[in-house]
Amino acid sequence: MALPKLAVYKFASCDGCQLSLLDVEDHLLDIASVVHIANFPEASREVVEGPYDLTLVEGSITTPHDAERIHEIRRQSKYLVTIGACATAGGIQALRNWKDTDLFASTVYAHPEYLDTLHTSTPIKNHVEVNFELRGCPIDKMALVEVVAAFVQGRRPNIPEYSVCVECKRKGTPCVMVSQGTPCLGPVTQAGCGALCPSYNRGCYGCFGPMESPNTDMLAAAWQRLGVSHRELVDAFRGFNAYAEPFRIASDHHEALAVAQGE
Amino acid sequence: MSEMYVSGQSGIGRLIQALAESGHRVIGPVVRNEALVYDEIDGVEDLPKGWTDLQEPGRYRLEQRGDEKLFGYVVGSASWKQFLNPPETVLWSGTVSPDGFMTDPAPEPPKYAFFGVRPCEVAAMGVLDTVYGSDNGTPSMGMRTATREQTFIVAVNCVEPGGNCFCVSMDTGPAVKGGYDIAITEIVHNGNMRYLIEGGSKAGAKVLEGMVNLEEPTEAELEARDSSLAEAAANMGRTLDIEDLPELLKGNARNPRWDSIAERCLACANCTMVCPTCFCNTVDDNLSLDGTQATRTRKWDSCFTLGFSYMHGRPMREGVGARYRQWITHKLATWVDQFDEMGCVGCGRCITWCPVGIDITHEAAAIRRADLRDTPIGIGGFA
Repeated sequence: MALPKLAVYKFASCDGCQLSLLDVEDHLLDIASVVHIANFPEASREVVEGPYDLTLVEGSITTPHDAERIHEIRRQSKYLVTIGACATAGGIQALRNWKDTDLFASTVYAHPEYLDTLHTSTPIKNHVEVNFELRGCPIDKMALVEVVAAFVQGRRPNIPEYSVCVECKRKGTPCVMVSQGTPCLGPVTQAGCGALCPSYNRGCYGCFGPMESPNTDMLAAAWQRLGVSHRELVDAFRGFNAYAEPFRIASDHHEALAVAQGE
Repeated sequence: MSEMYVSGQSGIGRLIQALAESGHRVIGPVVRNEALVYDEIDGVEDLPKGWTDLQEPGRYRLEQRGDEKLFGYVVGSASWKQFLNPPETVLWSGTVSPDGFMTDPAPEPPKYAFFGVRPCEVAAMGVLDTVYGSDNGTPSMGMRTATREQTFIVAVNCVEPGGNCFCVSMDTGPAVKGGYDIAITEIVHNGNMRYLIEGGSKAGAKVLEGMVNLEEPTEAELEARDSSLAEAAANMGRTLDIEDLPELLKGNARNPRWDSIAERCLACANCTMVCPTCFCNTVDDNLSLDGTQATRTRKWDSCFTLGFSYMHGRPMREGVGARYRQWITHKLATWVDQFDEMGCVGCGRCITWCPVGIDITHEAAAIRRADLRDTPIGIGGFA
């Protein structure tokens, strides 16, 4: 029986997430033994034509060309999984969604007329149907192995949607917000990183995007009691997952308050 | 009561040594990441000498006391359940080969000595013994039981309760009420740190008999111990009125207070993770990519996650108010129906480690003030 065909596509992104597929080291040969890596330009010049059984998509949609291209990829893909903050939320480049892209283009490029760019950076799910989203900036490479394994075995991936706090406590790390007064996005952020930052006495930066039921209002109020301003809250929510809805609403809310209060 | 001994700090060091020499991994309080955690200790010098923990709702700070006390703080940030029921436990693993399916041998249970267990924490272990030992308990808890049976418990009575402590309300402290091998009370007598030590089991008495240089306490020292404990009992940081509490909570399923909690609660699950009696877990089955190796892992879960109540295609407790209500009602009401006692021991961790400082004693009191049991059926209760 032929192995399922795997394709990897890149949109606006840094390549870090798709490279984690090459970074799985011990598991790479195992992956190659259960799927046919048919289209993965970062790994091989050999490109086998579609359709594909499992397609991994990295990056966000930022150009009219990409907005077209993703539809063709969807048509070629039986099961489409987006990987990383760019593909699932628009990425750090979604900060453009609050700014004037024409101004950026004319500032950076000598001939902006050669550019054909959208005014927004949006996640793949805003354009086509997505079968599963793997979060993170970057994704966790073992989580990617789990997603591939789950696909091959025809089951739901074991990827949690609860808060970073659950991982943090399983690890035995005392809460940095409670014991050190360090603002932390952990309570509103999805687990998946192994609660990396709190174990080094840092607050969470929200790399895995909003958790399943984020209460950004109350967390923001707790941050304010620690002396954080509305302006700083805007910056905190506008990170790698700025355009994910709960974080977007929270940052807009605090931006309005910052303006109203003359911060 | 078994025989009471007294010593200075050197005696505490010798006790740790004796436990290590009898093959125990000695676990005790240590300072890490600006908080008290339980970890392996080699001697008395590893204990948080001179530290205290200031605990308020949603706030915890370690501070220097300016004295030489070895036990001048209350409970650690995480409970002892991390050792008896670890956050992640491989229930079994196995490999399939042409010869068939073989399960891997289970590891040997570790032999612990827990040093510096507070009375509420000893009580919490008893609460979980009932849970795991009863017909209602989670199956395949063999490892927990085996570990628990050979764990040596050195309890330390509380003479200075913390800001969020309410063991008196739950009748679990400040003096340990059984379930220990050795109990220690730290007192300051005539300006000296003195440790009153008593055995609570045959194993404990045997360890104490083997120790040299333990003295007989004076009447004054015994009196100082008793008065310190009485003073502690009168100085609890919080109280929880447990009178009729199970019926109160069960009869207020539709109290608007749950909506107010839902607005404040982050559903982050910190309270349940740090709780010494919360035992809910989830089981992950993992299969290697080639399908030859299977692992079944039990992980701490929480009734605050959506996945916890997910069945038939949707979570049964979508709203955060419903999740908090489930937690507190189980802890203080339906736990009694299941196990004949409450699932709370009054350690105060859920209050301290809630990032937004939601206080279980405060919420229970609020429900009591706004008791809806006498309002018409359909408004107040489950009806």
